[in-house]
Amino acid sequence: MDTSAESRTQSTLINGEAESASEPVQWEYSPAPERAAVEIADRYDLFINGKFTAPKSRKHFATINPATEQVICEVAEAGKADVTAAVAAAKAAQPKWARLKPQERAKYMYRIARRIQERARELAIIESTDGGKPIRESRDVDVPLAAQHFFYHAGWCDKLRYAFPGAGRDPKPVGVCGQIIPWNFPLLMAAWKIAPALACGNTCVLKPAETTPLTALRLAEILEEVELPAGVVNIITGGPESGRALVEHNDVKKIAFTGSTEVGKLLAKMVADTDKRITLELGGKSPNIIFADASIDQAVEGIISGIYFNQGHVCCAGSRLLVEEGAVDIVVDKLTHRLQSLRVGDPLDKNTDIGAINSKAQLSTIHKYLEAGRNEGAALHEVNGQPLPRKGYWCRPCFFTGVQPSHVVAREEIFGPVLAVMSFRTPEEALERANNTPYGLAAGVWTDKGSKIFEIARRLDAGVVWCNTYNKFDAASPFGGFKESGFGREGGLQGLRAYLEL
Amino acid sequence: MTRLNVLKTYKLYINGAFPRTESGRSMKVPAAKGAEVLAHICQGSRKDMRNAVEAARAAQPKWAGRTAYNRAQIMYRMAEMLEGKRDEFAEALKHSTGNTIAATRKEVDASIDRLVCFAGWADKYAQMLGCNNAVAGPYYNFTVPEPTGVIVVVCPDEPALLGLVSLLAPPMCAGNAVVVIASEKYSLPAAVFGEVCATSDVPAGVVNIITGKRAELLEHIANHRNVHAISAANMNKRDRATLRMGAAENVKRVSVIKRSADAWFDVDACESPWTIEPFVEMKTIWHPSAT
Amino acid sequence: MMQHTVNAVMADERAASFTRRSIKTDSKMQGLRLALSMVDLTTLEGKDSPEKVRSLCRKAIQPYDGQIDPPLPSVAAVCVYPSLVSVARKALAGSNVKVASVATGFPSGQFPLDVRLRDVAEAVEAGADEIDMVINRGAFLAGRIGEVRDEIVQVKQACGQAHLKIILETGELETYDNVRRASDLAIEAAASTGELRGGEVFIKTSTGKVQPAATMPVTLIMLEAIRDHYLVTGVRIGMKPAGGIRHAKQALHYLVMVKETVGDAWLTPELFRFGASSLTNDLLRQIVKTTTGRYSAAYDFSEA
Repeated sequence: MDTSAESRTQSTLINGEAESASEPVQWEYSPAPERAAVEIADRYDLFINGKFTAPKSRKHFATINPATEQVICEVAEAGKADVTAAVAAAKAAQPKWARLKPQERAKYMYRIARRIQERARELAIIESTDGGKPIRESRDVDVPLAAQHFFYHAGWCDKLRYAFPGAGRDPKPVGVCGQIIPWNFPLLMAAWKIAPALACGNTCVLKPAETTPLTALRLAEILEEVELPAGVVNIITGGPESGRALVEHNDVKKIAFTGSTEVGKLLAKMVADTDKRITLELGGKSPNIIFADASIDQAVEGIISGIYFNQGHVCCAGSRLLVEEGAVDIVVDKLTHRLQSLRVGDPLDKNTDIGAINSKAQLSTIHKYLEAGRNEGAALHEVNGQPLPRKGYWCRPCFFTGVQPSHVVAREEIFGPVLAVMSFRTPEEALERANNTPYGLAAGVWTDKGSKIFEIARRLDAGVVWCNTYNKFDAASPFGGFKESGFGREGGLQGLRAYLEL
Repeated sequence: MTRLNVLKTYKLYINGAFPRTESGRSMKVPAAKGAEVLAHICQGSRKDMRNAVEAARAAQPKWAGRTAYNRAQIMYRMAEMLEGKRDEFAEALKHSTGNTIAATRKEVDASIDRLVCFAGWADKYAQMLGCNNAVAGPYYNFTVPEPTGVIVVVCPDEPALLGLVSLLAPPMCAGNAVVVIASEKYSLPAAVFGEVCATSDVPAGVVNIITGKRAELLEHIANHRNVHAISAANMNKRDRATLRMGAAENVKRVSVIKRSADAWFDVDACESPWTIEPFVEMKTIWHPSAT
Repeated sequence: MMQHTVNAVMADERAASFTRRSIKTDSKMQGLRLALSMVDLTTLEGKDSPEKVRSLCRKAIQPYDGQIDPPLPSVAAVCVYPSLVSVARKALAGSNVKVASVATGFPSGQFPLDVRLRDVAEAVEAGADEIDMVINRGAFLAGRIGEVRDEIVQVKQACGQAHLKIILETGELETYDNVRRASDLAIEAAASTGELRGGEVFIKTSTGKVQPAATMPVTLIMLEAIRDHYLVTGVRIGMKPAGGIRHAKQALHYLVMVKETVGDAWLTPELFRFGASSLTNDLLRQIVKTTTGRYSAAYDFSEA
């Protein structure tokens, strides 16, 4: 970049005075809140054996709207006896569900997909209210993808014997699946877990995350509506103790967990001396590599969707940006410019790009990392000057430069809208830096050179490699990690594997 | 005057060389019959294990980077060299296990054939396990199996050679580097197998063989952060739990199969591409499709 | 000149994201008025008559005859063939509506260079404030980049004080890479003639005679070229999407794109125009609806 431009800061590009006769306008978007009314009860029970059932634990806990810090409603806290009841219901329902004509099983799942589509608006609103993600994302990403997962997997029900040729002409379900999902994509993760399990003839007990139980409970309503046989899917809300009881239950044959690496390792130990199967989809610190020959404007879009999508609460977030040295300045300039157009605030406003941080605890984790980054000498760029609402948990999108690979912000998963920018000089150095992590969930690579794409993609230790794109998801596309990002795949043909006995 | 036999010293096989164990310990290999000691072999230690894993770690990317055709030829070469040592292996097995020479020949032959089979899989398994995915957007999306990395193979006691080959070949053909922990009970064939590797153009470090006491090594295998997966057979519940507990530390993949001595001869079960699947990672690649 | 490539799928996706902004209430009203002030009312038919041009000029000065408070702005310019420039000049006297003319052998550009340059000179002499030229796509696609550049330079020089809008005819360039390359080329060629004032040079998508005309992604890519030029030189090149923008809602999407790609500084007719005559009445319809709360009939508005 020409040095004469240095004095022209990015903000003049956005707000600068034109040398023109007519005054430039300041055109601001008026608030555009999603106003559709959605009914939320004061209190929700557990969905066990096809019915909403009061918890034997007699305990309920509040779920909070992270954008207002107000209690939305209360949900039940499943105790050990509740978990037992849910597992028993799933166990009782399983043989019949597995014996059902495959195409009939499929029809239930198609019905679920359709009802999700029909109730999309309501689901999106609840997702954004409960979890803080912008309505634009819950409406355009989470909910449609959740429907697609049921639709895609419905089609597998009667085709399982063709799925793994030579491995089993008559694949059998595993049995009762205990599934524990995180708070970043509550409905979507429920779909990722339930859909393949049902397609393969299993039954489920699903536990949504403590801070985001509401869409899973709406899904339970949908299961009732479509008359899914009782017990096939049971949804129990609760905290870590409920999860532990589920994992430890003897009749649970398979554990599927998405969440932190720390908890994943614990669960792996809990089942070490059992015959339970386990799949883990854990954390990441995914590299996003930008070569100087990439289409830079679009690569910047890839950085944005890579790290700021869903406030950075994404296990595969491209949180380590590796830029070829000659392009660092221009990438940082353009990123700075682009960050200024991101709108932070009310998750229900249709123009919001960055919603609320999911919980107070997560916000303080992010703050801890911001502090650590500064203390280690990296430069924090908080270039987005959006005013923040007074109540709620917020973090403006930001990035660090001057980051060393050894810095905490370059090594640990932050799970927030915080990017670490680093540079490299050669492809070998890029690969070495990219792979120098215990994680291996995803990676991005941006270059206009085809042969380079293939070589880099081949050598990246990552279960998903996005070339000239980032954070794309599809029911037909397997997702899951290398190394400490977990094992097993979700979605696609390979995603069926863990739910079948070949 | 009768000639004094030259006795073979059996050593470990690490990074393409045959070192003695760094611990300086050896174990007796008892003959199947009588009180005779067949040989002395190394009682490999935690440090030998570490050296083997380091060698494997260094060798693995290059092994994976070779063409599948090249890996196939090297594994076929292993079969050729094993064929050349057919009698030596049959004898070693016979004296160790007490099985008839007919039975041990059968085992050696099956081992040779297994290597030939997996030599053939090297450039085909990806076609079986990978696929193209029709995603709802303008993207070319495909899933390919990639080697997991460093695999530790914990061999069953019986069949000592065929078990070793059956657990070694699948990860090896897929571009993994392997550290073999030989059967403690019948370790002689494993000790000789290093010679097959050493004479087959197998790059140094791709296959490493440790003899020793399983109980001593197990926990270290499980804990080692540079080991990415473990393949074991016929393991008792306690050992399996030890492996898994340690493995959880770095989210290792652990595959423990149960297979009777006869079942290792079952071609359907042992030569399927699905025996390779636990040692590959599915990588899904997206690329926009547009002009 | 640095070659910029465009990742088409990502560009499409980014362009689509602007259409998901929700522009309501005050922001909508302000946007609609702004869009109206950016319209180039155009008539480029063989049957164009002085009478038709006069009627268009009247519409340009006062787009709506009803009462709206505060009064609506005039549109930015009236765009006619060179032979009708003097008619428009007269009809627009006393207003701030500019006279634009398509010169250079519009729309094909398939005339000898000297004929095209004379076309430009005559339009300027007749009182045109702005000249819309088309680049030589044949030469561009054949890789004769120098030829394209020289023509732009000469036309720019022939314009004198008049502003220049360089039409790339993006529908014929086909790929986004070509659009970006032609944008960079046009800007660089114009800039080589001397220091440019803001808005002295525009790049423009289409003549309106070739499909596809303006699209969001193509406009985005051209705006990115403008942004990159600004970052290096500090000079603001203008942008004019033309053809295919018929609805007020689309216009608002374009304004969102301008705001978020190059910034609020471009939200002025000095730097951004719509080449879209039929857009005018839809903007009016929306303005009237938003003001009065009633939907109007087509015949409530004069022809554009």
